Amino acid sequence: MSNPDERLPDRSFDDRMATVEFRVADTAHIVVDSDVCRSCTTKACVIACPANLFVPTAEGGVLFNYEECFECGTCYLVCNHEGALRWSYPVGGHGVVFRRA
Amino acid sequence: MTQSFDVVVVGAGPAGSAAALAAARGGRTVCLLERGPFPGAKNMYGGVTYPSVLNELLPGWWEELPVQRWITRRSTMMATSSSSVTVAVQADDWAVPPYNGATTLRSELDPWLAAQAVAAGAVLVTSTTATALLRGEGGRVRGVRTDRPDGDIEARVVIACDGVNSFLAKEAGLYPHFSPAHFTLGAKEVLGFSREEIDRRFGLVDRQGVDIEMIGVTQGLPGGGFLYTNLESVAVGVVVGVEALAAAAIRPEALIDGVKSHPAVAPLLRGGELLEYSAHLIPEGGYDAMPARTSDGLLVAGDAGGLCLAAGLFLEGVNFAIGSGQAAGEAALEAIARGDTSARGLAGYERRLRDSFVLADHKKMRRAPGLILSERMQQRYPSLVCGIAQDLFTVTNPAPKPGLTRLLRTHRRRAKVGYAELARDAVTTWRTFG
Repeated sequence: MSNPDERLPDRSFDDRMATVEFRVADTAHIVVDSDVCRSCTTKACVIACPANLFVPTAEGGVLFNYEECFECGTCYLVCNHEGALRWSYPVGGHGVVFRRA
Repeated sequence: MTQSFDVVVVGAGPAGSAAALAAARGGRTVCLLERGPFPGAKNMYGGVTYPSVLNELLPGWWEELPVQRWITRRSTMMATSSSSVTVAVQADDWAVPPYNGATTLRSELDPWLAAQAVAAGAVLVTSTTATALLRGEGGRVRGVRTDRPDGDIEARVVIACDGVNSFLAKEAGLYPHFSPAHFTLGAKEVLGFSREEIDRRFGLVDRQGVDIEMIGVTQGLPGGGFLYTNLESVAVGVVVGVEALAAAAIRPEALIDGVKSHPAVAPLLRGGELLEYSAHLIPEGGYDAMPARTSDGLLVAGDAGGLCLAAGLFLEGVNFAIGSGQAAGEAALEAIARGDTSARGLAGYERRLRDSFVLADHKKMRRAPGLILSERMQQRYPSLVCGIAQDLFTVTNPAPKPGLTRLLRTHRRRAKVGYAELARDAVTTWRTFG
């Protein structure tokens, strides 16, 4: 692990996300319909989500972790499948809390 | 029990707080709703605010504004992967009142501005999300539903300053041509250094700061890079078109790494400790991609109204948010005083925007987004400029100096830039900035 280039990218991304404060709500503000995602060939959300919250599954669907969401709306913009994403804001006082942005 | 105010403002960002401040100053009851635990918690931007817009609402603002550093050097950099040309403008005048640009943190700027609205009499309610518009007869907006129990709030005018994703403006049908093509994603890292280290690396004293805008550093994606000095941290990041990002197989954090590792940038950031990573959408469509901003009982301001200026040389949002928020607050006062808060009664809002920098700047620079995000400006022109500049200053003795004409001919060919498109873009540039 002495060479930084050999570090696992996932590990370094976790370090990035660990710098951000989240007040996680009990319920998800974004819900993904994985059945719809199975027919999606682009899966643009997986590339574009800055918090890297969309994970392709072995069955061709998409898993989503709402807990560390920036609430930016990028996934909603790039999703090209009607009904694949239900998106709103977390309940008041919850979600991301930026301190130095 | 339903609460009732003259004006309810949704979102305590710069637009919302300016709207609430203006409306409260006029003696009306104002509720300022914020879904975050404090104003600014949900907000992220590159890092520079141009506060002269506050001269009217808050004269002497510089005595109180929570500034990190005053921008005294503004650099624009065109880059290829191995070279760059930077134009840096330094001005001592920008280090003294009334200043020009300042780096500020949204967790400090937004609460400060909201506090001005509260001091004027507005009621700030945090940790409360507006979930829907309340409609009255004929569909006119008569308030908002919130996610608090019994959380309906009635108002004569609702001012939606709920940001780039404005659910309220969409619900009101003000975004008929909503397209991802009009949005960019900003992603950045804030890296920690000591104040002295930043002063040393960037050649700064006192509270002076640096702003570097970059083009040609986003691995072929339309957009740009930026670097801003805070007092004890440096913000570095990218802004890229959302559609192109989705089509490319490059993740946002990899684009930031690309900027950080550019040879002109890397030495400035070495050893910085990552303090925070963040991202946010930006409405960059400009004048020709704006939503409607007025309907019966409803005004839309700030990012929610598409009022963010992304014109290459000029990248401004907070001032447009404040300017439009103030105009919305004043138009609401005017409409309430006249007893007509229909779209017609609220027409003073767009008139104010048209008569001020808010729409004047956008209209003048309406061609800027297309020009700046074009493949020519993003890739071929940086190659052309960097190629010419490098060869101009490379001494090739014993060969004599090549001269600019030959360099232009050589590098124009190498960068595949046609004379016709160069001329066309020169004209567009002149019409945009001239």
